[in-house]
Amino acid sequence: MCMSVVDDIKALVGGFGVTLRHMLRKPVTIQYPEEKRTPYPRFRARIVLTRDPEGGERCVACYLCSAACPVDCISMQSAEREDGRRYAAWFRINFSRCIFCGLCAEACPTMAIQMTPDYEICTRDIMDLVYEKEDLLIDGCGKDDSYNFYHHAGIGVTQPRGEGMEESRPVDVRSLMP
Amino acid sequence: MDIVILGLPMMYYIAMVAKVLVAFVFVLLTVAYATYAERKIIGHMQVRLGPMRTGWHGLLQPIADGVKLFFKEEIVPSQASTFAFLIAPLIALVPAFITFAVIPFGGVIEVAGYKIPLQIASYVDMASGKVYDINVGVLYILAMSSLGVYGIVLAGWASNSKYSLLGGLRASAQMISYELSAGLAIVSVFMLSGTLSMNEIVNLQSGMGGFEWYAFKQPLAFIMFFICSIAEINRTPFDLPEAETELVSGFCTEYSSMKYAMFFMAEYANMVTVCALTTTLFLGGWNGPLATTFTLLGPVYFVAKVYFLMFFCMWLRATVPRYRYDQLMHIGWKVFIPLGLINIVVTGIWNYLI
Repeated sequence: MCMSVVDDIKALVGGFGVTLRHMLRKPVTIQYPEEKRTPYPRFRARIVLTRDPEGGERCVACYLCSAACPVDCISMQSAEREDGRRYAAWFRINFSRCIFCGLCAEACPTMAIQMTPDYEICTRDIMDLVYEKEDLLIDGCGKDDSYNFYHHAGIGVTQPRGEGMEESRPVDVRSLMP
Repeated sequence: MDIVILGLPMMYYIAMVAKVLVAFVFVLLTVAYATYAERKIIGHMQVRLGPMRTGWHGLLQPIADGVKLFFKEEIVPSQASTFAFLIAPLIALVPAFITFAVIPFGGVIEVAGYKIPLQIASYVDMASGKVYDINVGVLYILAMSSLGVYGIVLAGWASNSKYSLLGGLRASAQMISYELSAGLAIVSVFMLSGTLSMNEIVNLQSGMGGFEWYAFKQPLAFIMFFICSIAEINRTPFDLPEAETELVSGFCTEYSSMKYAMFFMAEYANMVTVCALTTTLFLGGWNGPLATTFTLLGPVYFVAKVYFLMFFCMWLRATVPRYRYDQLMHIGWKVFIPLGLINIVVTGIWNYLI
């Protein structure tokens, strides 16, 4: 019984020591609008639509992002140019719904839709959070600045068969004799 | 300066008003900045910054809080008993301030040939040179501090809300239980001092270069008294009457605006009073090295000791979690009261043998 009292007092004094030590430590909080932390490059915040290195839109309006979106905040309408290249006639992200999960960016086959570390997008009017295509489209490549989807795919649209990178010329099957 | 009113010189009245003003303003300012200090200290103990926006490092925060509370709407619940509801904060606030009347915060200073003791309810008889103060000062403080519970119980009852009522009931049970053990702890001090006058108690602790404190002679009584006082003024870890997690805000759930501010002020004023009382009874009051030669050092030592104890209260709040109600009652009735009684018996035997 006597030992337990000693142990209790030891525990109490230890607790007081912990709080006193923490008082002298540098606070972890910061004064937000004046001081800002730099988010990491892969921080998931405002979504952008990027362009390929040649300056064309990367988005091919495949609807994969809007299908992947768990809160259904992405909507678009696909269209096709005369040369067969697809694009989004309109593209809309409702940021008041978006949960910044990054599934759209993961689903995107052309790396068009990307997350940026810009987290300061709050507004007074909730309708200002509905971003149209012109708000989303940026003049740059975003994260992968050398990737051009159509250099790897898009057969028959931008290049004939066998012209793309990592692609060998088509083989004439009839010449493949044993 | 030879005008005599009711047998006392004019200077007596001037000094009295000045002392009341100084003590009142001191307590009010301390109360205001204790809220700031508490938020700041607990903030840093939780590795945060605390208030930073109003003024330099949030120094104007108490004023901003006061202005905000002042301009808030006064809400009186329609089912509340209005008169009791309105009078309860006053009953809680006034005893917290008037206890300061008997606490000596310095030695005797001399102004224009007139000797003024730095204690509100006291004066120096110029003919005999003796200091007279209330000879039952400690009893007066005990009486006043137990009046404070009426405000809380009345607030709990008048609000006509289950949370308030439970808070008020808890407050009454807790304050009555802990007043017993606080009283027993003080008794052992009386057994050493042989007087109830605060001034005498402080003078008895002036030996050994101002360090002959009762805290060293009665360490158990000192710790018990301080803990029981904290319990009596409902501060963490004994803040069951306003336990946020259980009772929303306890007895002040239904209060708003200045009435809420009054409860808040009463809590902090009680804290100042209790720390001042502990300082006076156990930590030698205004005594300290050279305090008798340089009389102006007295108030400095007094304030330093009071502020240290207040810092300890805040430190305690940041460290210890709230007691469960049965544990609170257990520690009050089954630990502190027997310990206090044993302490009295041991002190009595010791005094008899020496």
